[in-house]
Amino acid sequence: MRALTDVETQTLFSKLANYTGRSLNQLIAPTMSNGETDEDRYVFRLHESRVYYVRLSLANLATSIARENLLSLGTCLGKFTKTGKFRLHITALDVIAPHARYKIWVKPNGEMPFLYGGNIVKAHVGRWSEDCPEHQGVVVLGMDDTPLGFGVTARSTAEARKMDPTGIVTFRQGDVGEYLRDEDTLFVT
Amino acid sequence: MGPGRRMKKQGPPQSLEQLNISVKRKASERSKPGGESNAKRRKADTSNGVPTMKPENSPKHTKASRPSKPTAKPMPLHETSEDDDADDADGDDYMVEQLADLDDGDIADDSASEQEGEDDDLEAANSRSDDSVFDSDLEEADPARFSEDDDESDAEEKLTAANMEGLSRKLDQKQALADAQAQEELEDAAMQTNIVAGADGDGDQATMQGLAPDLQLLRTRITDTLRVLGDFAKLADKSKSRAEYTSLLLSDICTYYGYTPYLAEKLLSLFNPLEAFAFFEANESPRPVVLRTNTLRTNRRTLAQALINRGVVLEPVGKWSKVGLQVFESAVPLGATPEYLAGHYIIQAASSFLPVMALAPQPNERILDMAAAPGGKTTHISALMRNTGTIFANDSNRQRAKGLIGNIHRLGCKNTIVSNLDAKEAFPKILGGFDRVLLDAPCSGTGVIGKDASVKTSKTERDFLALPHMQKQLLLAAIDSTDHASKSGGYIVYATCSVTVEENEGVVQYALRKRPNVRIVDTGLGTFGSEGFKKYMNKRFDDRMNMARRYFPHRENVDGFFVCKLKKIGPSPSGAQTVNGVADASRLTPNPDKLSNGTQETSPVTPIDDDFGGFDSEEDKIYIAHAERKRLKKKGVNPKMARDHRSAIMGKDRTRSA
Repeated sequence: MRALTDVETQTLFSKLANYTGRSLNQLIAPTMSNGETDEDRYVFRLHESRVYYVRLSLANLATSIARENLLSLGTCLGKFTKTGKFRLHITALDVIAPHARYKIWVKPNGEMPFLYGGNIVKAHVGRWSEDCPEHQGVVVLGMDDTPLGFGVTARSTAEARKMDPTGIVTFRQGDVGEYLRDEDTLFVT
Repeated sequence: MGPGRRMKKQGPPQSLEQLNISVKRKASERSKPGGESNAKRRKADTSNGVPTMKPENSPKHTKASRPSKPTAKPMPLHETSEDDDADDADGDDYMVEQLADLDDGDIADDSASEQEGEDDDLEAANSRSDDSVFDSDLEEADPARFSEDDDESDAEEKLTAANMEGLSRKLDQKQALADAQAQEELEDAAMQTNIVAGADGDGDQATMQGLAPDLQLLRTRITDTLRVLGDFAKLADKSKSRAEYTSLLLSDICTYYGYTPYLAEKLLSLFNPLEAFAFFEANESPRPVVLRTNTLRTNRRTLAQALINRGVVLEPVGKWSKVGLQVFESAVPLGATPEYLAGHYIIQAASSFLPVMALAPQPNERILDMAAAPGGKTTHISALMRNTGTIFANDSNRQRAKGLIGNIHRLGCKNTIVSNLDAKEAFPKILGGFDRVLLDAPCSGTGVIGKDASVKTSKTERDFLALPHMQKQLLLAAIDSTDHASKSGGYIVYATCSVTVEENEGVVQYALRKRPNVRIVDTGLGTFGSEGFKKYMNKRFDDRMNMARRYFPHRENVDGFFVCKLKKIGPSPSGAQTVNGVADASRLTPNPDKLSNGTQETSPVTPIDDDFGGFDSEEDKIYIAHAERKRLKKKGVNPKMARDHRSAIMGKDRTRSA
């Protein structure tokens, strides 16, 4: 377990910023409410090519566990591929959803198709954030505001208005259904 | 249309009907007071929880609230359909009575059987007001709060089964009484009745060899034996001893339920014969499906509403839990709803709530869960701590740890560190000083036979030596990892899903002896559950062992479980805390009358010798040599040659070391 290098940090942050926009600052250096100490700061830690978003005090305690025995700590954000790209996992949803810049809400009838790994078609969209550009990371929510996953827009909002109902508006990148589908590969290499 | 539609719409109550039809009518009428009070209790339960839990059920409910109480009926069994109605309504009472007061107006739409229930309404109202005399405290004092659902066979029908609290017992008693009378008459007529039983048994033995045993016959004989054992002085055949009856019962139970004789005897000796029978019966049926609300993401009311909208029939699991929901039937798979995937709940046996509730974790503590997978308890702890503090979730099995990590992330727990270590060696070596430690030890699973029937045959005498051994090591490690000086904690909770004494009281007793600086404290679970055994056969346990809690499938309708809470009260030596909180043995100031420092802190796990006795190394040598020969033979090596070769090497070693 170690802190990220500069290159890794940049890769990770640009990926996260795709979803959170300016709110990324909140993730990296949240303002301390009173009573919180430096120990309560959240940090990014790399362990076995996975990146964890974890409270500093927790990360410090975790150093007492040997590398091969440590399986997970805090929240896993995703992992670095062998080519150095960063792949965001569904487990990161908890971290990015509260800070999401653009959101898309799916209707109840669109929930299951999305959770089974499908892209979002226009007919299933309940509402969406306005002025969203093309290929922008969005967080997908149910109509009751529960985060269900994330993806990238296929069209900007303006163009998507003109599409027919079966057209895809958002490509799926991660959905909570992966907790079941990819349980074997998602958490431990 | 009445009965047909009702049967279709009201899944759960059917088993009650079936039961009531299949057994004696008079028994059913007697049982009603029990069922009724149970329903009352349920109502009280839910009133503080989620009162508007199933609005879409209200039509059902109106029928339920049309109370045709067989108790009030002058002639309860005039015709079958009528009887059905009554039973049905009673079952519903139990299920949806929480809504009973809401909509009396809706009763009108169920006009089909309105008139017949008219006068009953009045009487039932009376009986109900009578019932209100039973106040909830009184009910709570009764530890056996759930049913002894003997005859149920379906998870979805738990509801009615629970309603039949007392019913089956009364049935049994009634039946036993009737049988006893019949038997007495028979015995008066012909003194030799029991010879018939004996011959009967022989015949059965004969058939057993070739054919499957006649289960009906076996069951009859089991109940007969139980009856005799219940009143031995009167009913027993003078020529047979109690031991003979007991062994007959044992062998019958082995055949009927498919236990190994060893395990059956072990379980039988926990209870009196009648209760043991109830236990075996309860093991044949699965326990209710229970969900735990993830309070990190939602609350129980919202979750219940969301699930009801998906066609799930549920209600709060009981007064003892604020986060549990019991599911009766579900139109959708509960493990794949959007709510499940979004981490709003986890499917968890009701008994698994108990150790965490006993642990009572506080915010900002450091907590260790020694055997965490699959994470139900870990995430529960995390939710109780509101994601503050630190939880070390350890599991020795890497495969199972995957599910643990999945659940932790799905439920949004941010304060956990998941490790894959052997808990008995790793703690407190790598890290100690925990405020609380939860040890849900690996066990034989005799409490969850309903879930995993393979326990019946797979557990041998060896397991019951090896498992307690490991549990003792784990518990000592847990105690050593606890920080007795913790301001808020210093507690250890030991739990197993086993009912045997060796794995529970025996292990705790051992720990108390080895670590005089711990004592048993109240679990904080109130009156729910039965007390731990203070004595069992020739063993005597700690005076405070009654503070531990035992749970049984036939009493509480949860998995068999044992929970014991310990507090580490070791004197806090000045400056004994090192950086990571482990008590430093060399700096402990010994307190000879309380602590024998030698066993206390020198090694994390002291060698366990007393139960296994001393080792006879001479005798062992023979066994070791024999095993070695066998191993070599298996590998295709001539043992003699190998021995020569090895002795040559060893000789070399010896010279080297010299």
